[in-house]
Amino acid sequence: MTDIKARFRLAYDDFSLNVDLSLPGTGVSVLFGQSGSGKTTLLRCIAGLEQAPKGYLKINGTIWQDSERKIFLPTYKRPLGYVFQDANLFSHLTVLDNLQYGLKRIKNNLGIIKLNQTIELLGVGHLLERMPSNLSGGERQRIAIARALALNPEILLMDEPLASLDLKRKQEILPYLSRLHQQLDIPVLYVTHSQQEVAQLADTLVILENGRCLASGPLAETQSRLDLPLAQDREAATVWQVHIAEHESDYHLTRVQFDGGSLSLSLVEAEIGSPLRVQIYARDVSIALTEPSATSILNVLPAVIKQITEGRDSQAVVQLKVGQQLLLAHITRKSLLMLGLRIGMSVFVQIKGTSILN
Amino acid sequence: MLSSADLDTLLLTFKVAGIATTILLLVGTPLAWWLTRTRSVWKGPINAIVALPLVLPPTVLGFYLLVLMGPTGAIGQLTNWLGLGTLPFTFYGLVVGSVLYSIPFVVQPLQTAFAMIGKQPLEAAATLRASPFDSFFSVVMPLAKPGFITATILGFTHTVGEFGVVLMIGGNIPNKTRVVSVQIYNHVEALEYTDAHWLAGCLLLFSFTVLLILYTQLKASTVTQPFK
Repeated sequence: MTDIKARFRLAYDDFSLNVDLSLPGTGVSVLFGQSGSGKTTLLRCIAGLEQAPKGYLKINGTIWQDSERKIFLPTYKRPLGYVFQDANLFSHLTVLDNLQYGLKRIKNNLGIIKLNQTIELLGVGHLLERMPSNLSGGERQRIAIARALALNPEILLMDEPLASLDLKRKQEILPYLSRLHQQLDIPVLYVTHSQQEVAQLADTLVILENGRCLASGPLAETQSRLDLPLAQDREAATVWQVHIAEHESDYHLTRVQFDGGSLSLSLVEAEIGSPLRVQIYARDVSIALTEPSATSILNVLPAVIKQITEGRDSQAVVQLKVGQQLLLAHITRKSLLMLGLRIGMSVFVQIKGTSILN
Repeated sequence: MLSSADLDTLLLTFKVAGIATTILLLVGTPLAWWLTRTRSVWKGPINAIVALPLVLPPTVLGFYLLVLMGPTGAIGQLTNWLGLGTLPFTFYGLVVGSVLYSIPFVVQPLQTAFAMIGKQPLEAAATLRASPFDSFFSVVMPLAKPGFITATILGFTHTVGEFGVVLMIGGNIPNKTRVVSVQIYNHVEALEYTDAHWLAGCLLLFSFTVLLILYTQLKASTVTQPFK
């Protein structure tokens, strides 16, 4: 189901943007790319902060821009929430006045309830009387997110909300973002250049490069596409959505279920059945032709080879399917040759390590 | 002591300065905002015109105003046609002259203050449903408050001190166009040094007090300091 349709063409002296995107109307779509890839410009076009001379934008059935019909809804008439990279709070207003600024401008009785929920969700209740200059970077960004959400927008746009924060502050905010992810029922467009944030938050991944859209699709599918540079990266990984099946407290382990199998993880403090994102790095995956009987590795799973690419150096990348999940493995070209791996072969993968994302 | 004639000139001066400053703020605010935001080719020329009174001898400005507002000048003909008569040697002629004379002292601090705000707070306001008009009043004006304070003080004090323009277009008519600076000149011409001292002292004290407030009371960081 496509609820966001965005087509923009715009050219500056040294940069041009030319994208045509269809995105789902739910979940987090991450716009990923290096600086200069056009991801922020794209987000600004969607917000109407930038007006692309040629553009078409439809959100949830409403046209926000159609240059052919000379339609351009100004930003203040678009029911969106926008989180800027540097929070961008009003320095002359208290935190509470910042949070209420937008609410005072919409006619909506639900406003106050929504505001209170948002204040609670982001844990900013103790900051309301303060001035923005007396807040830490992380607190400021949480207020900015709350301020955008309090309006009950139809779409939330976030422009690298963590980029200006140090590692500690990032770790402080990420849990809130994950919580938002689970509780929000509106689509979120999230701009970042961080693979960690992609892994943690994305449902849909859009990869931008030089103002063009390189790829766009569900996270695991896009992550494991061998024709994209992402799969070749040293940090290449796939994220699996799993559910907690049982706890093996004796061993301090948790078993999680995915579509077509299960994995053992170190103990996760969460209820049976709750969802979890697990990241598996391609470098942590090895391949065996027969089921290894004597191995210390817990997670050995049957898999089918879907695709193979050989890099120019010693490395080869193999895309596999485990149950319904896609998985990447970085192995050496020598191993590829010695094992005689081919597309369609049934093999076993050994997963040395997993990281739990939320 | 100040004579009642001297007091009258003081009152008249503050009245002219008060009205002129009010007009300057009303006209100067949109003008400064436009100059800060526009990419029009007119930005340069209009900036130059606004700054002109800074460098132009007041007598030159006064001379042109006298000619323009006189019975044969363009403004004079307009005001005559409107049934207002001609402006030179009237109180309102003085106000018009003061407004033009002090315009850079109001517009430039505002321009600096507006430029310092940048476009970011406005973008935030737009994403929070505030129309451009709304965000000017709810975001730009409060953030530019130091600039408004500076502009008001400079516009007012500068008008109080004007002499050349007044002499050219206002003359020296008691209770109508005779302002403090002209009265001091009158006293000195008549060798009434004691009276000149009293008035000059008043102005010195007034100017110093205002600047003292500007530089100390208001936090240095929040005021657009005019001369650094």
